[in-house]
Amino acid sequence: MKNIQIELKNVHKAFGNKKVLNGVDLAIQKGESVVIIGGSGTGKSVTLKCILGLLKPDKGNITFNGQQIGMLFQGAALFDSLSVWENVSFAVLQQPGMTRAKAKKIAIEKLAEVGLKPEVADAYPADLSGGMKKRVGLARAIATKPDTLFFDEPTTGLDPIMSDVINDLIVNSVKKLGATALTITHDMTSAKKIADRIAMLYEGKIIWVGTVKELEKTDNPYVRQFVAGSSKGPIHMEVKAEG
Amino acid sequence: MQQFLNFINTLGRVMTRFFYATGDLAIFTTKAALACVQKPFYFKQLYDQLIEIGFYSLPVVALTTLFSGMVIAIQTYEAVSKFSAEGAVSMVVLVAVTRELAPVMAALMVAGRIGAAMAAEIGTMQVTEQIDALVTLNTNPFKYLIAPRIFAGILMMPILVLIGDVLGVCGGYMVGVYKMDFNATTYLINTWNYLKAMDIISGLTKAAVFGFIIALMGCYNGFRSKGGAQGVGQATTNAVVSASILILIFNYLLTEAFFNM
Repeated sequence: MKNIQIELKNVHKAFGNKKVLNGVDLAIQKGESVVIIGGSGTGKSVTLKCILGLLKPDKGNITFNGQQIGMLFQGAALFDSLSVWENVSFAVLQQPGMTRAKAKKIAIEKLAEVGLKPEVADAYPADLSGGMKKRVGLARAIATKPDTLFFDEPTTGLDPIMSDVINDLIVNSVKKLGATALTITHDMTSAKKIADRIAMLYEGKIIWVGTVKELEKTDNPYVRQFVAGSSKGPIHMEVKAEG
Repeated sequence: MQQFLNFINTLGRVMTRFFYATGDLAIFTTKAALACVQKPFYFKQLYDQLIEIGFYSLPVVALTTLFSGMVIAIQTYEAVSKFSAEGAVSMVVLVAVTRELAPVMAALMVAGRIGAAMAAEIGTMQVTEQIDALVTLNTNPFKYLIAPRIFAGILMMPILVLIGDVLGVCGGYMVGVYKMDFNATTYLINTWNYLKAMDIISGLTKAAVFGFIIALMGCYNGFRSKGGAQGVGQATTNAVVSASILILIFNYLLTEAFFNM
C-alpha cells in the first residue's frame, strides 16, 4: 500500500460528551479524488480538520504522505487585509528570494487559470462576489503547486451554474497538478463530477465507499436515501432543539 | 444537605472553569513568548503594528496625560495650600504623572483602543477560518499574528508613556503658571530638581509590562472567540475588561516592587 497518500485508521474525536468521529477508516491513493458525503453535523469538517492537523484526534492514526497542501475553504477564508494577488501569492511570498513583482506575476497567472482577469488582482476580498471569492480561494490553493488538495464544501452558497464552473475548475486543477484530492460536500451533483471514489460518513463512521457508478447501483439504504434526498429512510434528521 | 451539595457542585464547576482558563492562558502565553524569539520574523506585520499602536494612539494618550497633569496640579494645590506648601505642587505633579498617571492612564486608553481592535480583528479571522487558512499555508499564526502585536505593544507603550510624562508635566506647568500664578522658572527648576531617574524608569517598565498585557489579552481573547458576530463582540469586551483589570493589578505589584522593597 505504498501508493497511499492519506490514511485514517480508527479515528475518534469527541467534543465534551458529543462523539463526532467514532472510528473513521479511510485510505486515499496517490492521484485519486475522493469525496466524503454526509449530512450536516456528521463529522465531515472535523475529519478534514483532523487530517490537516487543525484538530487533534482523541484516538486513532492519521498518515499523510504528501509534501505540500492546498485548501479551499467553505467561505474561501481570504485575508481581508490583503489584496487578491497578495492572498493568492501568500505562500509564494514566503519562499526565499521571492520578490513582490514576481509573486504578483504568479498570482495573475493563477487567477487566469481560474478564469479571473488581471484587474481583479488589486481588488480586496470585500469587493468580490461569492463565486469570485471561491475562485480566488482556489487560485490560492493551487499557487504553490501542491500534491494534495482539500476542498471544504466548494459549492455551498453558489448558484447551480457557478457551482458547475467551480466543479470544472476543481477537476481541471486536480488533473493539471496530478494531485490527490479530498473533498467534503453534501452536494451530490458536485460529488459525482469531482469524485473518483465517494465515501459516505454517517454517525462518525465511513459506512460506504465506492465509485460514482457503484453509487448509482448500491442497495445501501443510507446511501440511497442520501442520494435521493429523501426524508424517508434509515437516516433521521434531528429537528428538535438540544436542551 | 441537597443545598450544600448544589453549592459544592457550583463551586467545583466555577473552580474547574477558572483553572482551565488560567492553564489555557498560560499555554497561550508560552506559545506567544516562544513565537517572539523564533524565526521567521514578520517585519512588515511588526511595522504595521508599531504604527497602529504607537502613532495612532498618540492623540488619545497625549490628551489623557495632559489633562491628568492639569487635574493633579489643581487638586494638589487645593490640598497643600492649607499648609502653605504650594511649592510642592510641581513635585507632586512630577511624581504622580511619571510613576502612576502616565503609565496607567495611557495603558487603559490603549487597552480600550488597541486591545479591542486586536480582539475584533483576530476574532473575525478565527470565526471566518482565516487562521486555519494561515496554517494550511505553512504559516504559524502565533508568529504571523501574535508575535508582531506583542513586540509592538512592548516597544511602543514606553514611548507613548515617555511622551505622556512630558505632556502631563506640561499640563501641571500650565495650570501652575497660568492659573495659580507660580513663577515659571521656579516651577521648572523645582520640577528638574525633583526629577529622579527611578521615577521615569519605573513608569517605563510599567508601560512595557502593560503593553505586553494589552497585546496578550487582545490576541488571546480574539484567538479563543467562537461562533459569529456575538462571539467576536464578547471577545472584544473580555479583552478590554481583562486587560484593564490586569493593568491595575500589575500596577500595584510593580509599585510595591519598585518603591517598597
